[in-house]
Amino acid sequence: MRTAFIQQLILEARVNPRIFLVVGDLGFSVVEPFAQEFPDRYLNAGVAEQNMTGVAAGLASEGFHVFTYSIANFPTLRCLEQIRNDICYHNLPVTVVAVGGGLAYGNLGYSHHAVQDIAILRTLPNLTLLAPGDPGEARESVGWLSRNPGPSYLRIGKAGEKIFHEVRGIGRTPLCIRQGTADMALISTGGILDETIAAADSLSKEGLSLSVYSMPWLKPLDPQSLELLASYRALIAIEEHLPQGGLAAALRENLPKNLPVHSIAVSESISSKVGSQAFLRREAGISASHIAALCRQLLVQ
Amino acid sequence: MNSSELARQIRAESLKMVARAKASHIGGALSMADLLGVLYADVLRVTPDDPQWEGRDRFILSKGHSTVAVYAALALEGFFPLEELATYGQDGSRLMAHVSHKVPGVEFSTGSLGHGLPFGAGRALAAKRLKRDWRTFVMLSDGELNEGSNWEAILFAPQHRLDNLVAIVDYNKIQSLGSVSEVMELHPLADKFRAFRWSVREVDGHDHKAIRDALSGGPWEADKPSVLIAHTVKGKGVDFMENKLQWHYSSPKPDQLASAIAQLGSQQ
Repeated sequence: MRTAFIQQLILEARVNPRIFLVVGDLGFSVVEPFAQEFPDRYLNAGVAEQNMTGVAAGLASEGFHVFTYSIANFPTLRCLEQIRNDICYHNLPVTVVAVGGGLAYGNLGYSHHAVQDIAILRTLPNLTLLAPGDPGEARESVGWLSRNPGPSYLRIGKAGEKIFHEVRGIGRTPLCIRQGTADMALISTGGILDETIAAADSLSKEGLSLSVYSMPWLKPLDPQSLELLASYRALIAIEEHLPQGGLAAALRENLPKNLPVHSIAVSESISSKVGSQAFLRREAGISASHIAALCRQLLVQ
Repeated sequence: MNSSELARQIRAESLKMVARAKASHIGGALSMADLLGVLYADVLRVTPDDPQWEGRDRFILSKGHSTVAVYAALALEGFFPLEELATYGQDGSRLMAHVSHKVPGVEFSTGSLGHGLPFGAGRALAAKRLKRDWRTFVMLSDGELNEGSNWEAILFAPQHRLDNLVAIVDYNKIQSLGSVSEVMELHPLADKFRAFRWSVREVDGHDHKAIRDALSGGPWEADKPSVLIAHTVKGKGVDFMENKLQWHYSSPKPDQLASAIAQLGSQQ
């Protein structure tokens, strides 16, 4: 996804002279093509995220659309107050980009697991929050954000994610990846889309056909944009994030109260387990088999 | 209005505002009144009729709690009607008790310390990249130099040769719960900035000529950001407020206000 991000940002920067990339001394083998092509609109702000975010707000107040880029929690939680006050309160065009949403940094440990970011950033007024599920969604997200500059947060995965569907444009409405026959749907946000689709695949082999939606757009939301979900009997929200304040909560806030939203989310608030993203997802209860097991249980009821 | 008269009126209006609103923070407003007087009378290239004029100098108040002095300066310079100062902190007013960008002439809202200098560095960087000749001024308190974000910006600005950035430290030596030396000593502050590759000058922050001489030109050294360390007196101009921690918090009673205003008048 980070490759899709930088490639699309370069395309946008070619036609939009206001786009400016500020990195927090991270992005090796990712950001160099942008830096080479647009040296006047690129900056490495060093390992200093509060200053990076304040500088980005200052640049934005002079007309630039600034993308700040770092990994996991560094461009968000480390400098949360700069995002709240400098960017969102002043309604400035800064897009905060975090690479490695969820457990993507695997064995690098808890410091590098972004599992609270959606809940925290979702409370910030003026902010648009996008968490694409595959490289195509990441590309379209960058396109949308570039055409609609404002306070925003783009939570992407890392590298090597599969492309799951053809995306043309992005908006508040969840993207339907497959239409099933059961009256239950899987709603996935961010990079956990791969586990969601794997779960749907295994269920379909058992004759259980579920609809699958990817929901990169998390904020702002309203009941109208989620109307197509309201006809299901039940939903399962799948997120690589703690259960509080993320996708499941956003769905419950915007859907009829009598529509059950079941949650697949990171079960352990603090994990010090060591392992790959796939391992940690299994340990956290958000793997394809966990999703499939919950679906079977609900469909039997 | 010359800088001395402007500073005197900034003090008087600030005192009236905090007294009316029963607000805190008069001490740090009075300590920077002379700096603001010189800035708005003689230094800043600003246009009250067109506060957003592209070619203006950008002034950022990072010590946002001292906002009464800036509101007073802006009203006295004609950015908005002087009578509006009477609404300071009142229900429905736009004059928030920490500096607010909803007020004409204010570039940036602060209140949480340590935000102004990174933001100002971003503006200075924008001017460099856009090849504009306006300058960015950031007014800092001494207490807020406890904030790590300021030291990130102090590292950043020389790295990017932001010689169009001017930081001013209102060094009144008293912070929220005690003297600077008791809480988090900054001395030797000039040496610290020099070690971080800034061009440093120190002045008596109540000496208008010295302030004017320092801020009128620039950069002092090519490729280096400038910091004016202004040695000031908290509560300056009102004898019973000077150097008293209490006036970080207290609001003058009617008799104290009358006495303070009388003192300011007699200084003309």
